[in-house]
Amino acid sequence: MSTVAEMPSQNYEILPKTSETGEPIGELLEVSMGPQHPSTHGVFRMDVVLDGEKVVKLKPVFGYLHRNHEKIAENISYLSSMPYTDRLDYFCSMTNNWAYALAVEKLSGLAVPERAEYIRVIMAELTRLQNHTCLIGFFVQDMGALGTPLMYAFREREKILDLFESVSGARMMCNYMRFGGVRCDVTPEWLAQAKQLVDGYGKFLDEFEALFTENEILLARTQGVGVLSKELAVSSSVTGPMLRAAGVNYDIRKVDKYGIYNWFDYKVPLGEHGDTYDRYMIRVLEMRESVKILQQALCDIPAGPVMNPKAKLRGFRPKPGEAYGRIEAPKGELGFYLISDGSANPYRYRVRPPSFINLTILEDMCLGHRIADTVVILGSVDIVLGEVDR
Amino acid sequence: METPEQIKTRLEMAVPGAKIEILPNDCPAGERPLLVDSAHALEVAKYLCDDPQLRLDYCSNVTGVDWPETELTEKIKVKQVVDGVEKEVEELKKTVRPGFLEVVYHLYSMELKHGPVVLRQRTTNREAEAPAVSLTSVWRGCEFQEREVFDLFGIRLAGHPDLRRILMWDGFKGFPMRRDYVAPDDFEYEPTPHDEVLEQVQKHYPPEVKA
Repeated sequence: MSTVAEMPSQNYEILPKTSETGEPIGELLEVSMGPQHPSTHGVFRMDVVLDGEKVVKLKPVFGYLHRNHEKIAENISYLSSMPYTDRLDYFCSMTNNWAYALAVEKLSGLAVPERAEYIRVIMAELTRLQNHTCLIGFFVQDMGALGTPLMYAFREREKILDLFESVSGARMMCNYMRFGGVRCDVTPEWLAQAKQLVDGYGKFLDEFEALFTENEILLARTQGVGVLSKELAVSSSVTGPMLRAAGVNYDIRKVDKYGIYNWFDYKVPLGEHGDTYDRYMIRVLEMRESVKILQQALCDIPAGPVMNPKAKLRGFRPKPGEAYGRIEAPKGELGFYLISDGSANPYRYRVRPPSFINLTILEDMCLGHRIADTVVILGSVDIVLGEVDR
Repeated sequence: METPEQIKTRLEMAVPGAKIEILPNDCPAGERPLLVDSAHALEVAKYLCDDPQLRLDYCSNVTGVDWPETELTEKIKVKQVVDGVEKEVEELKKTVRPGFLEVVYHLYSMELKHGPVVLRQRTTNREAEAPAVSLTSVWRGCEFQEREVFDLFGIRLAGHPDLRRILMWDGFKGFPMRRDYVAPDDFEYEPTPHDEVLEQVQKHYPPEVKA
């Protein structure tokens, strides 16, 4: 039963010369970009129909990494899912942990000690710094700035991952937060190291920005490309930096005030045009705000316990009910929806993945642009396939 | 923001004929969901989105929940005549709740910055491709998530522009997120199988019949 004979000899197809309404158009070419294309940030495929170089249709195809994370989590206990959430968005395991812990805390009514809240904020903002830095590195790599900027980004990321490693034991798969606190306390030396890193980050950002922000190639490739209107962004549930680049003031840190975010002084940067350049710029500005939050948090962090003594790790059974907890992850709104039936395993466990939903409007942003622009637009969406496919 | 009761009263005024029920939620911090009948779900969604006091313009999360057929037991006091004396006796009454599937929507307002309102739809049964109504025409963000609900739960959402499988491949049979889904018989190849793997091998490749 070999299917080799049925496979097309080429990975493209020449389509008829008239559109669905019968109008004559140029010869259309259907190209399958991916799943092994380097610009797709993983195993992601775009079925693109081209008129010359112009995109007339684009359908994202994914699911290559699908392992049914939700089903797995429904068959294991609440705590066992915690290391599994690291693997969703493997760049930002700390924020994934936090979102899940927040949902379970809401479900079971657990309080979190003040020091643990501070540590959570510090970890989340460090995650945001490294995610945005790497994203910009990948983004300019997609435009042809091969290697060097990405290596600068990875150099800084590695410093942050070293901090994560020394506190949690793992660079990327941290598994650090627990229901009602965090797993272990940070040492004064760790805080001093973090402070040193944060104080130097502004200077790194200045250098990094000097490479790109007024770079002629970057301006030519990003300004006016992939414009996302305010109305479409809201109705299509786009969240995170993409939404704010479109000019909608919606940051869950400000709206929900989860954790202790209302104790800090920071601004929410907003874009004006909603194009790819704004999405780049928003991330730079957000990093500068993150540095501000980090400086305040590292200065104010109080002494005390990091775990609620009432929290049970073994035999944890929340009362029946349901809760939806969400946070502002670096990529957008990351939510966990949990239904408990009183047993040790969640009855329903749902992840609201930001990069999956941000892909909804990929076609709308790409239509009418050149095929080379789709790569840039996709890069500015900031997807991680571990989270898209789950 | 308004309580679920207030929203319910206003919805029943605005959408005549809509059957809305407030479901209990024992979690103290959780929101009580509004159950809406599929026939009026689209009108209710439009109203929630456009109403100036609510302005739920942002549909954050769409997902499905599977509730298989369950046997509920209730204690009921029944009067019985035992040895000529009337007595109250406790009896267990068993009722079977038919299975159904649910689609859950978490709605927020980006304009007024409040929420969430939890909206639910129920199907009448658990058949493959049980029908419900798609709300993609109101909130574009439901598009991929409703496709996922169709893919993993097998709920056919009428009115969806492009209802195909999204995470599983096109030829896949079955709905993996249902409670009664049985994982396929696949296992890692071992050159010298033993124990559980040997059992699976024998099940997977039945011994050849020798002529």
